Amino acid sequence: MIEHSMLILLGIVAALLTLGTLAAQIGIRTARTEKGIEVAQNLRARMRSWWVMASIFVVSILVGGVTTTVLFAISSFLALREFITLTPTRRGDHRALFWAFFVVIPIQYILIAQERYTAFSIFIPVYAFLLIPARMAAAGETKEFLGRMGRIQWGLMTCVYFISHVPALLTLQIKGYDHSNATLLFFFILIVQVNDVFQYITGKLFGKRPIAPLVSPNKTIAGLLGGLAVSASVGAALSWVTPFSPLAAAGMAFAIAFMGFLGDLTMSAVKRDIGVKDYSQAIPGHGGVLDRLDSLTFAAPLFFHLVRHFYALPV
Amino acid sequence: MIQSVIALTTRIITGCHSRQVGLCAPSGPRVYFANHTSNLDAVVVWSSLPRQCRKNCRIVAARDYWGKTAIRRWLSCRVFHAVLIDRTSVSHRRSPLTAITACLDEGCSVIIFPEGTRGDGDQTAEFKPGLWHIAKARPDVELVPVWIENLSRVLPKGEILPVPIAVAVTLGEPVLREETEDKQSFLDRCRQAMLDLKGVGA
Repeated sequence: MIEHSMLILLGIVAALLTLGTLAAQIGIRTARTEKGIEVAQNLRARMRSWWVMASIFVVSILVGGVTTTVLFAISSFLALREFITLTPTRRGDHRALFWAFFVVIPIQYILIAQERYTAFSIFIPVYAFLLIPARMAAAGETKEFLGRMGRIQWGLMTCVYFISHVPALLTLQIKGYDHSNATLLFFFILIVQVNDVFQYITGKLFGKRPIAPLVSPNKTIAGLLGGLAVSASVGAALSWVTPFSPLAAAGMAFAIAFMGFLGDLTMSAVKRDIGVKDYSQAIPGHGGVLDRLDSLTFAAPLFFHLVRHFYALPV
Repeated sequence: MIQSVIALTTRIITGCHSRQVGLCAPSGPRVYFANHTSNLDAVVVWSSLPRQCRKNCRIVAARDYWGKTAIRRWLSCRVFHAVLIDRTSVSHRRSPLTAITACLDEGCSVIIFPEGTRGDGDQTAEFKPGLWHIAKARPDVELVPVWIENLSRVLPKGEILPVPIAVAVTLGEPVLREETEDKQSFLDRCRQAMLDLKGVGA
């Protein structure tokens, strides 16, 4: 049986997507300039991808159980693949990479599915951190060793460890919360994506001063503030599906939005370093999987820990 | 059926997709020539071709590798319809060229690796003269350069466990032999056409 609150969240998402799709269609009909048509077509491609992503996510949430965890495990796999594909690796990294993809990812998500908080919290930052470089050292290639090891570890932290904190929300026992944790997970994803979209829109409309022009000229103060304001308001408006009071929900959404901004900014700097604009062209209109998840990677651990610290029953 | 399954599986695992640079629908059989860095090369190029091109496309492969075990024999004969070439005893009578031209005459395209053997992924070896002989024997056949990016990282020489790095396969514009051209400059031009695809659209 689908919860009442979940149905309303689904309705909101469907309404937002329909609105975006209509805007794209109207834009394509009415655009006069070449630039305008291009923007409208890009929006249409984006909206189509949004529908697909939202459907996959919603189905995994509704099926429930371990499905959501598996979905995020697959996302981690795809994100890490994009990251490693673009980052230079050497022959001596081969076995270590094999371990990263086929041992570290499954173990991390199995620990999440088994709700072993301590184990999944330390597995990658401690044990993968120790063993992956050791495997690389055993392979015997020392050229650029420190840099290569750092890249693989950063890939594992962002693409696997941080993303795995989203399904980790399902492991918490929340005090006096009469919805399922899947609803809270839905709330989190919705805020992250709303922030991404509104930061982009307000940035386009009012943005003047870029925050770090060399990293990303599109991230402006106005965009950041707009994203934070809209996210916090949406958070407060949706507080009744969460265990938070309206004020706390606004605060949570604010924290999610701010971390999302930092994630976006940092991953842009990584892209600049590698010399690409997008991580891949896997999702039409958006770029790669990692382009879609960059803000989520930074927001997920903070949200998880805030909820765990202030709202969860001690396990 | 089994072909579609294998092509789809390869695409999912290696993330390979083909990009075409100024290439139109094939007018007849083609020769695809690609850089050779991994045992999976042939399978990846074959899988990433558009479906109508893949249907009658055959792989030219070494008998000493693909004839070795039962599963390799099954794959090479039944799935890829490979043209198996004897690398150990090449004589005038049993020239590999005969097998390839016979295949082209039947209307099938072929995938070949003119470097002859797998490189280390960083360097591209000089081309063996096979391509030149094909171009002379069948001047109207399109020679399509193919660049495979990253596959040496997926499965380097000597490794058995693949790493799922995304592979990109780029198909270029066909190279045609010019009347006055000699063997070496033709081969160099083909090699350059292949190398020019490196990083295109990446």
